[in-house]
Parts: sequence; structure tokens; C-alpha cells
Amino acid sequence: MSLELLIVQLLNGLQYGVLLFLLAAGLTLVFGIMNFVNLAHGSLYMMGAYFAAWAYNNSVFGIQGSFVFAAFVGIAGSLVLGIVIERVVLFTLYERDHLDQVLATFGLILVLNEVARFIWGPSSYYMEVPDKLSGTISLFGIAYPSYRFMIIAVGLLVALGTYLLIQKTRIGMLIRAGASNATMVGALGVNIKLLNTLLFGLGSALAGVAGLMAGPILSVQPGMGEPILIVTLVVIVTGGIGSIRGAFYAALIVGVIDTIGRVFLPIVLSSLVEKSLAQAAGPAIASMLIYLLMAVVLAFKPQGLFPVKHG
Amino acid sequence: MDKATNWSSPRFYVPAIVLLGLALLPVYSMVAGQPFYVTLFSRIMIFALAALGLNLILGYGGLVSFGHALYLGVGAYAVGILSFHGITNGWVHLAAALGIGIVTASLIGTIVLRTSGMTFIMITLAFAQMGYFFVVSLKAYGGDDGLTIDNRSSMVLFDLSNHTVLYYAILVCLAGVFLVFTRLIGSRFGMVLRGVKSNERRMLALGFPTFRYKLVGYVISAQVCVLAGFFLANLTKFASPSYMVWQVSGDLIVMAVLGGMGTLFGPVIGAILYLVVEEFLSSLNPGWFPKVEDVLNKHWLALMGLFVILMVLGFRKGLYGYLVEREQKKLEKRAQS
Repeated sequence: MSLELLIVQLLNGLQYGVLLFLLAAGLTLVFGIMNFVNLAHGSLYMMGAYFAAWAYNNSVFGIQGSFVFAAFVGIAGSLVLGIVIERVVLFTLYERDHLDQVLATFGLILVLNEVARFIWGPSSYYMEVPDKLSGTISLFGIAYPSYRFMIIAVGLLVALGTYLLIQKTRIGMLIRAGASNATMVGALGVNIKLLNTLLFGLGSALAGVAGLMAGPILSVQPGMGEPILIVTLVVIVTGGIGSIRGAFYAALIVGVIDTIGRVFLPIVLSSLVEKSLAQAAGPAIASMLIYLLMAVVLAFKPQGLFPVKHG
Repeated sequence: MDKATNWSSPRFYVPAIVLLGLALLPVYSMVAGQPFYVTLFSRIMIFALAALGLNLILGYGGLVSFGHALYLGVGAYAVGILSFHGITNGWVHLAAALGIGIVTASLIGTIVLRTSGMTFIMITLAFAQMGYFFVVSLKAYGGDDGLTIDNRSSMVLFDLSNHTVLYYAILVCLAGVFLVFTRLIGSRFGMVLRGVKSNERRMLALGFPTFRYKLVGYVISAQVCVLAGFFLANLTKFASPSYMVWQVSGDLIVMAVLGGMGTLFGPVIGAILYLVVEEFLSSLNPGWFPKVEDVLNKHWLALMGLFVILMVLGFRKGLYGYLVEREQKKLEKRAQS
């Protein structure tokens, strides 16, 4: 267990955490402000990945193989798709209870997965890492893939941008005001419906960013959104539903614990107990680790680590 | 409600007709020479049983558990793992399944019931995922691939290896659980549970230890799902992690809502409808537009999704719930005039 391996795995965990944050930010905003549960968030992530991979692999407007253009298509595609879904189906559900929202978005997942399967086929759809980012960079003498490093950097930048947007701009102020009292904000003459749509679009675009960045390192396939959606739910519940800050810290904690656990838990266990037992139990416990974390957090703080205070 | 007027109420005749129909189905399938129906409806009744169990806390307790597939898995794996070790006695299987079920449900219930609303939905989902990853990592018992069960549980009095006997065993359990739940909902316990759904704070103020009531409700509802899992493993002779994936939990909720979740028999109707529609859509083949049908057969899940969305948007009461509500309105009108 060398220090170098530990640092590389920490960075991997950070990279996973950043992806989780991009998804969690949209989900927690939509939940915190519109009181809406969107299980189809993972499908927007999947569609973002598909859009980007498609634009990267095919010639669109004569442009092919440009990562920047693919990123643009991925983000714009998931943004538009998110807004369309919100306007067509979801806005009627804001006043309903959580059960209806869960069911309708559960139905949406089934539909979107089949749409992806219909258009792009059932097998994995690959997107290569762009040439310029396919090498490694040296961090304090440790070689680390530059693409993964880019994910961390972009993710942190987007996190900073979201923070500034929410805390420092007029739109952000309205969003925060809407979270505390939507009716009052509406009464003051703000178009709360438009605000909701914008917010939903923002969340979808963030999911699209996560999807397009995950595309080259994971395989793009129908149903790729659900596993990460469930981990994202763990993140926002652990962090405290509705809290961006909570989502950020919880995403990093979950990302690092999951990655480190999968790598080191079997090693640590085998030094403590018999080898055969450790080999059997290690991966089992490692894959359950984040759920255990969540259970422990909720057992002591049912509101999550950073509960939102509405006053 | 007055006992004498009960007969013409959908609350009475719908369950009676459905259960009678289910009881006669094997006869029909024998006459029609379609043994496939017995297996199909065995599966449907198993899910009806599970949805019935879930509905106890979902429809009457207002607790949206997105993780009841976990308990299907507990039941199925109890059969699978014991059979794997050469223990074939079905009563032992059942006792082990329910025993493990009561322990896990109590432990998990104690934690998840500390939360409410959205958090409750998500934490139940997380626990089900935990169970899923746990069985996937059990490499000795098949892991990802699942565990084949050589023979069905041998119950001393019943020969479950016979499809028809298994069918009737499931039917008897379904009807039994339904009757027990009918009494349970009308009892003091059921009243408290329903009170918690409409206003928990008021129930607390009235001095009810609501947590205990919710926990007992949660455990009972989980145990019914464990029973369903026991039958599922016996029907398919297979215990698979796929019984515990989160979509199954979602399916169970859809079934409960589809039939009418504030009603007792609704989930059974919902399960029948959902699985029959599923069967229909996945093998749709009237031969009108071969190309369209080919696409639909491949992508029937999309239609299933649309079906769920439309149902939530437009038909919230559920099928059976609609009948029951219509009757209630009629009664109210009569009372007014």
C-alpha cells in the first residue's frame, strides 16, 4: 500500500465525487426549491452522454471529433430536453405529493431508456478520450491521466460557478427567495413559473455536463443513469436535501469513501482476518459502504449533515 | 358500514369475483390446454401478494417505501441458500425466511422510520440497494448470476412441485392475507396507522406512541413481501439478485397505486392489470403492422413507462379506487335526499 497509490485513488475518488456533485446540485436545487423529486435526473445524464458521444463520433454540421463541440451539443441537448420534459409533463406535478412525482418520473426513466435504446442500439456506445487529453500529467511527481484531471478541474469550476450564480446574482437571489417562500416571490411580480423552468434547465444542463464528461471513461449505454442516480440520492440525503453546500461536501465524501473503500478495504481486511473470508467479505462491504455511511448519518441526523434552515 | 347492504358494494363483489376467477383459472387453463396460464398467474399472484403487503404502509400508513424488493429477496434467498446446503424442508425454509425477515425488517425499520417524506423514500431505496449489492457479492451463492434451486421446497402436506398445488397455495395465502388485513385495517391498530397518515402530530398529541405503530406496520408489510419472495423462489426455482433491483420496488408501488392505494384490494387488481399489460405489450402480435409491432415488442418498456405516466397524470384514484369512490358518492347522495 504505497503512498502513490493512495494519492492516485484519492484523486479518483475526488473525480467521482465531482461528477456526483454535478448531478446532486441539479437534483437538490430542484428538490429544495420546487419541492419536486426527479428520478429521471439520471436519464438526463444518460442523454447528455449520448448527445455528446453522438456529436463526437458523427459529422454534425461538418464538425467531427471536436470535443468542445461535442460538449456544447451534450450540454445544449440535455438543457433543451430537460426544459421540454419540464414543460410537457412535470410542471403538472409540482402540486402533487411526492408519491406521484416518484411514479411519473419512474415512468419517464423507462421511456427515456427505451428511446436511447431505439436510437443508439442496446449495446454500449463508445466515445474516445480526446487526443490532447489522452496523456498523463505529473502532479508532485505522480503521473495522473490528464482527462481525469480535467474532470476534477471542470467540476470544481462548475461548482464555483453555481455557487456564485446562487449567492451573488439577481437570479440566484430570486432562486433563494423562491426556496423560502415561492408564493411571496410570485406576489412580488416575479414570474415564478419561468424561474422554475430555468432552474430545471440548469439542473439538466449540469447533469448533461456530468454525462458528457463521464462518457469517455465509462461506457455510454441505456440505463447508465440509474446506478449513478441512486448514489446521487445517497449524496443529497446525506448532505441534507436542498442544500448545495451539503451536496458538495457529501458528494466528495461519498466519492472518496466509495473509491478508497473498493481499493483498500479488501487489502485491510486480509491483514486482519483469514484470506478467503476477506476476499469474500471485502468487496461486499466495500459496495455497501456508502449506504452504511448514509444509514449512520441519518440515524443520528435525520435531516442530513447540512440541514437547510428556512426561516 | 352496515353489514346487510354489503353485498352490492364493490368492496365485496370485486374481491369475491376476482378471487373466484383466480380459483377457477387452473380449470380453464386445463380445458383450454394452456398450462402457461397457471405459471403466469402464479407469478401475478405473487406480486399481488407483495403489493398487498406494501400497501399496508403505503396506502394506510402514508409511508412510501421504495425498497420493498429487498424483502422479496430475503424470502427468495432463504429458500435458495438453505436448498443449496441440502435442507429441503419447506417449513424450515418458511420459518427461516420469516425469521430473518422479522430481524432485518425490525432493524431497518428502526432506522428508516426516524425519517419521513422524501428522505424516507430515499433511505428505503438505499437499504434495498445495500441488500442487492450484498447478494451480488455472495460469490459462493452465485453472485451476479443468481442461485439455481434444484427442487421446490418440500412441504410435508403439500406437494409444491405440482404447478397446480403451488398455484392454490399462493392463492390461499393471498386470500388469507387479504382477509387478515381487512380485520387489521378495521382494528384499533389499523385506525392508529391511518391516523398517523392523516396527521402524525395530532396522533402524538393524543398520546399514541406512533413510532411503535409504524414499526409494527412496517414489519408486517415486510413479512408479507418475504412470503411472496418465498413463493417466487419456489415458482422460478431460482433466487436472483434481479428480484431485488430497485425497479422491482418501483413496480410494486405502481401496482399498489394502479389499483387504488387507499383501498385494500386495489393492489391485487393493480398487480393483475400491470402484469397482464406487461405480458400483452411484450408479446403484442396481431399482425396488422408487422414493422411497428416489431419495434413495440422490442421497446415495450417505453409503452409501460407512458402507461405509468398517463396513469399518474389522469387516473390517480386507481381502478378499484374509482369503483369504491363512486359507490361512496352514491351513498352520500342517498343520505342527502
